[in-house]
Amino acid sequence: MSVRRLAAVQPESFAFTAENEAWIVQQIAKYPEGRQASAVVPLLWKAQEQAGGWLPEPAIRAVADRLSMESIRVLEIATFYTMFNLEPVGRHFVQLCGTTHCMMRGSEELKDVCRSKIGPERHVSADGALSWLEVECLGACANAPMAQINYDYYEDLTPDNFAKLLDDLRADRPVKTGSQVGRQGSSPELGLTSLTDPSLYTRGPSAGGATAEAPAAAGVRDPEE
Amino acid sequence: MAKIVVDGTEVDVPAEYTLLQACEAAGVEIPRFCFHERLSIAGNCRMCLVEVKGGPPKPTASCAMAVKDLRPGPNGEPPVVLTKSPMVKKAREGVMEFLLINHPLDCPICDQGGECDLQDQAMAYGVDTSRFAENKRAVEDKYIGPLVRTSMNRCIHCTRCVRFTTEVAGASDLGAIGRGEDMEITTYLEHAMRSEMQGNVADLCPVGALTHKPYAFHARPWELNKTESIDVMDAVGSNIRIDTRGREVMRILPRTNDAVNEEWISDKTRYVWDGLKTQRLDRPYVRKGGRLVPATWPEAFDAVAAKVKATPAKRIGAIVGDLASVEEAFALKQLLTKLGSASIDCRQDGAALDPSLGRASYLFNAGIAGIEEADAILLVGTDPRHEASVLNARIRKRWRATGGKLKIALVGAQADLTYPYEYLGAGPETLADLAGSGTFADVLKGAEKPLVIVGQGALARADGAAVLSLAARLALSVGAVKDGWNGFGVLHTAASRVGALDVGCVPGEGGLDAAALAAPGGADVVFLLGADEIDVAPGAFVVYLGTHGDRGAHRADVILPGAAYSEKSGLYVNTEGRVQFANRAAFPPGDAREDWAILRALSEVLGQKLPYDQLSALRAALVAAHPHIGRIGAIEAADPAGLTALAQRGGNTDKGGFAPVITDFYLTNPIARASAVMAECSALRLGGVAAVAAE
Repeated sequence: MSVRRLAAVQPESFAFTAENEAWIVQQIAKYPEGRQASAVVPLLWKAQEQAGGWLPEPAIRAVADRLSMESIRVLEIATFYTMFNLEPVGRHFVQLCGTTHCMMRGSEELKDVCRSKIGPERHVSADGALSWLEVECLGACANAPMAQINYDYYEDLTPDNFAKLLDDLRADRPVKTGSQVGRQGSSPELGLTSLTDPSLYTRGPSAGGATAEAPAAAGVRDPEE
Repeated sequence: MAKIVVDGTEVDVPAEYTLLQACEAAGVEIPRFCFHERLSIAGNCRMCLVEVKGGPPKPTASCAMAVKDLRPGPNGEPPVVLTKSPMVKKAREGVMEFLLINHPLDCPICDQGGECDLQDQAMAYGVDTSRFAENKRAVEDKYIGPLVRTSMNRCIHCTRCVRFTTEVAGASDLGAIGRGEDMEITTYLEHAMRSEMQGNVADLCPVGALTHKPYAFHARPWELNKTESIDVMDAVGSNIRIDTRGREVMRILPRTNDAVNEEWISDKTRYVWDGLKTQRLDRPYVRKGGRLVPATWPEAFDAVAAKVKATPAKRIGAIVGDLASVEEAFALKQLLTKLGSASIDCRQDGAALDPSLGRASYLFNAGIAGIEEADAILLVGTDPRHEASVLNARIRKRWRATGGKLKIALVGAQADLTYPYEYLGAGPETLADLAGSGTFADVLKGAEKPLVIVGQGALARADGAAVLSLAARLALSVGAVKDGWNGFGVLHTAASRVGALDVGCVPGEGGLDAAALAAPGGADVVFLLGADEIDVAPGAFVVYLGTHGDRGAHRADVILPGAAYSEKSGLYVNTEGRVQFANRAAFPPGDAREDWAILRALSEVLGQKLPYDQLSALRAALVAAHPHIGRIGAIEAADPAGLTALAQRGGNTDKGGFAPVITDFYLTNPIARASAVMAECSALRLGGVAAVAAE
């Protein structure tokens, strides 16, 4: 975290598209009369989406006007939540996790990849395709190191596959989301090591384990009872 | 009521009291930064931690926990609060150490030094060293207007300023952006604050982050003499403290008076002091050959005497200005009476107020504190935000206390009053409709304590008397005047007005009023007692007794330099009829003298000696003639019977809408017009208006 400021260069104006305006009406309708300000975070999020991944100052004012709030109240919220980007981002915005697990699994090397492929942190590459930011834990520690790019997670990154991923994104080639080493979800990377007996997964009286052990377990009282 | 034991003392307090209030009731002081009696509870500074038994087993923020939230002991014993236990001591030391981690140790160059809550509480509750060896954070200073200086490194994030602007001032200018260590107090894109009460945020700031810009690096609190006084910028009569060093006024601060200004004052009240030092009349002047030339007191008096003696008494008149104290108005009235003239008027704006109908016809009868009981308010021809800012804050407070349900309506010019209101119409026709029926009349009728506030905008016009009568008729018809409640109120803009009306500074039998005196051929000699808001037509010989080289002085033939409100001891009666006493804080500059003394000396030269040589003797004569003026601090309740007579007067009203009385809030009197700070505020406000208009 560091001090967050509005971008130095701002667009002239901002107006919600007709489609977004219809969506906003629905959002505001969720809240009781007089509590429209509750919709401020969804509206800011939509404004960020519409403005290309960041919140220009006119958008903050537009949201304030739309919800009859003081601009400063909306600015407070926009600066509080770090997922609102106050500066322009690339078409593909790379949020690279640098917290403990990812760091131990090599996120430092991934940062070097970002620096060489994209440029310095918080700067949009010259072609406007990429920008990157180190963020705090995104909760995919089992598949560390990982990065979130726009709305998708990309896990099990290595300098090689990450560099290729960035190249593919820059060239708008199709990419694979999730794990980049081919495992499903966060299943063990080197294949299954336990609960491998197929009979575990077939129904019926002969199906071993769980039912056979049930009488023994019956002696233990469920604390919920 | 609930029982609670504070440090071994059992006290009985209302159950909704916070622990902090309960501790105060038990006589125990709790340190605090973010908590303020008149603001909402934030609970973010953690300085007020106490130990409780019957609550969570950890230090508890006493400002944010109510007595009723605590459990009794196993045998029904009252809950126990400890404020001197080891846990509390450790907690306070810990909080103080954290607060000081990022607070610069720049007390020697900080304007708050010597009156700083953090400084005092660090001495009382802190430890002597810090274990923090890292770099302190640095925060960019913000521009938030010409009145409040920022030094944001010192901010401890109590958010009192944010809560004040949002809740009391009603202009949500300030906010806290960012979070955690990077939280910063600022306005949106660093625009200037828009409130006319913004100076209060610097008073509220417990550290030196927000300080008074015009006072920056001028003085230290321990060098200043503090004098309790009364403000004259508007008719609220805010209680103020004037701080002086030697002969110089260094600053003006509010004094707490729950009945009048709570603890707020407007920016004009607070920052007008530089106007007391510039454009001052410090010697008499006499006009010779079309030019005002400096003179001695005897020369000036002789010039006046020569003219007065050559003029028939009926052709002599006097106008009492807006800043005069009751004593001066009384002395001037006596002098005119002795000279044989009945032409004296204190209503230089032409407001149609008639003291012969009784005080109820020109007082704010419900009282300023009475606003907090009102359940429907009708504003007639008034913009209280600019005519009486502190009173407007009281209306807003009432509006907030009712959860935004207070019904408020306005007849007159539309303005941003910081609370929503129903706009009924522009002028007397709307008022006449209301007096007949109208939906808002029903609201007023249905209210327990309706309040009708009539401003000078409705009265200072040709049909003012008819409008006043109409308003009184409306108030009576909706039941605003009854036992225990008089909801008819006139909101004045001039500090002197009520006092001067009380002592009868209106034309007597055959006398001329202010407009007639100022009109061409009206009078041959006109005394202006600080009356600057009126243009006396050419032809009359004008004697100006005042403080500043303003409009009245430019028109004058003889200038008698007087004392400003900070330089004389005097009585003022505010818009609700409360008599208040202002002490002298400084001395008039040069040859200038206190106004009553000038009038007394002049009377002798004119051969009509006023019978008092001391201010105390003048006051004794004043109180003998008007006993209620002697009851300082009190309101003499007015007999509402006068309102019935007023309502029956009737009269024809005109078509035009009520015009705003105050066109420029910051420049309403000679002192404010001499102030560079007020000029800057005015320019900024006008610039702001122009910018809005351009959008």
